[in-house]
Amino acid sequence: MTITEKIFARASGKKRVSPGEIVEAKVDAAMIHDLTGPLAIHVFQEIGAAKVWDPSKIVIIADHQVPANSVDAAENHIMLRKFASEQKIQGFYDIFEGICHQVLPEKGFALPGRLVVGADSHTTTYGALGCVSAGVGATDMAAVFATGKLWFRVPESIKIVVEKKLPRRVMAKDLILKIIGDLGAEGANYRAVEFTGKGMLNVSMDGRMTMCNMGVEMGAKNAIVPPDAATKKYLAGRAKERYRAVYSDPSAKYVETHTYDLSELGPQVACPHSVDNVKPVSEVGKVEIDQAFLGSCTNGRMEDLEAAAEILKGKKVSRRVRLIVSPASRDVYREALDAGLIRILVEAGAMVEAPCCAACMGSHIGILAPGEVCVSSSNRNFRGRQGSPESKVYLASPATVAASAIKGAITDPRDV
Amino acid sequence: MARVWVFDSNISTDDIIAGRYLPKFEATKDPSWLGSHVMENIAPNFASKVGWGDIIVAGRNFGCGSSREEAPIALKAAGVSAAVAESFARIFYRNSINRGLPVLTSKGVRKNFKSGDEIKVDMKGGVIRNVTTGKTFKVEPLPEFVLNILNAGGLLPYLKRNVGKTRR
Repeated sequence: MTITEKIFARASGKKRVSPGEIVEAKVDAAMIHDLTGPLAIHVFQEIGAAKVWDPSKIVIIADHQVPANSVDAAENHIMLRKFASEQKIQGFYDIFEGICHQVLPEKGFALPGRLVVGADSHTTTYGALGCVSAGVGATDMAAVFATGKLWFRVPESIKIVVEKKLPRRVMAKDLILKIIGDLGAEGANYRAVEFTGKGMLNVSMDGRMTMCNMGVEMGAKNAIVPPDAATKKYLAGRAKERYRAVYSDPSAKYVETHTYDLSELGPQVACPHSVDNVKPVSEVGKVEIDQAFLGSCTNGRMEDLEAAAEILKGKKVSRRVRLIVSPASRDVYREALDAGLIRILVEAGAMVEAPCCAACMGSHIGILAPGEVCVSSSNRNFRGRQGSPESKVYLASPATVAASAIKGAITDPRDV
Repeated sequence: MARVWVFDSNISTDDIIAGRYLPKFEATKDPSWLGSHVMENIAPNFASKVGWGDIIVAGRNFGCGSSREEAPIALKAAGVSAAVAESFARIFYRNSINRGLPVLTSKGVRKNFKSGDEIKVDMKGGVIRNVTTGKTFKVEPLPEFVLNILNAGGLLPYLKRNVGKTRR
């Protein structure tokens, strides 16, 4: 069995499962946030259940519209607080803590071998820690809150073998963009994507989270990295419980296998308006930008801020460009402060915002006007994603975002 | 008779309902708010022109992107009675069934319909018919438990009806 099949087997109390099989599985952690959570709570209440199945396994985080940017958002936050308090949810994180997909791993809820669901498509992120982790809708989440269980179709697995090391100023983001460009926006629909191979040992936990985060942009149910020493180190002092890592058997079956040599990879850009419209930065041509966004659940972590600060140190952001930075969590913010990164970014001309989803999804800050162009370290460039349907979003690595902010146009980070 | 609205491949849930309309819905739970903004970014006239019972015919990977359950809620609130596509993204597919919006998969369907064509859907028989051209197409059959959920109008009404019975 693959690592994903083993986790579904364990969670559904079976010795083995096969792709295509429908199983009812016990969930080990379930997450909602302020944009999808109120609806899940509403459905939970409609079901008529009095108590959640296990308040120690639920995580509630306000991260999308924080601090509240409308009366509706403020009311949604109140609803989350009230529900968390009534149900004695231990994993409740209010508006100052950061983005769900950074906070949940930081707080030790995502553990190797476990099954996690979240009412957010980028829940695939937690697979970086060796768990199966999938996004669900509000009704499915309400069912989990009530029963702790959900049905799943065991997915076929795609194996991505990663070899060697990333060159200077090329990041895990470039790798995942390249993979999505190759496989397509539905290339992994309904499937598990397993990132493996010796090269993954050279990809940091931050980079692994970036890769798993964007698994959903090719349709994947879950993305997963086999745990190793880096996983163990990350979880030391964080893990909520003891855990047991599981690994794919040598005889595990995959529907596809693809191999990537990191040493041959260069910076990639996903051009408007689809995530699989990927080109090497050298082939994008002259694209002037109005805004650069460094942050999000994809690329707001320490490694990302370090990569940007290394490029922006002693330089100035183009006067034409607004560089918006939002660290992925309060812990990341504090660490970046201690490391002097925030000063470097601010002195270069960046606006550093509170940890939140920020400019990623066009309903909080950094909204684009018609005709404006943004280079963004986030995960989606759909038409209108960051504001006007007449605006354009190019997705790139934090290094490319920083280099582009200096030059005022999309720029190869190796050229600055 | 239901009319068809044709859409391309890779229509995302951001296309179906933009993120900026979610906070108000989450706070008010008023589906008509979503229905009035459905498909706004890619087809600004759709919400005002779509008729009650009309059906979407789309290419591949319909509903990709965000897990927002507001996408099927918005389509239903606007009057859309079903979506037929060459394939669906998985979270949208589950959400649609949970919300009682029939989602039917039919290979190659996109090129056999034009917006404005009349369509007839036989869910149980697994057949759709382009009444305008007279052609019929097979759809992948839905399992009986999914049909039961759809007939009840979604998972919540289904559970209320059935769980209520066994409890009392």
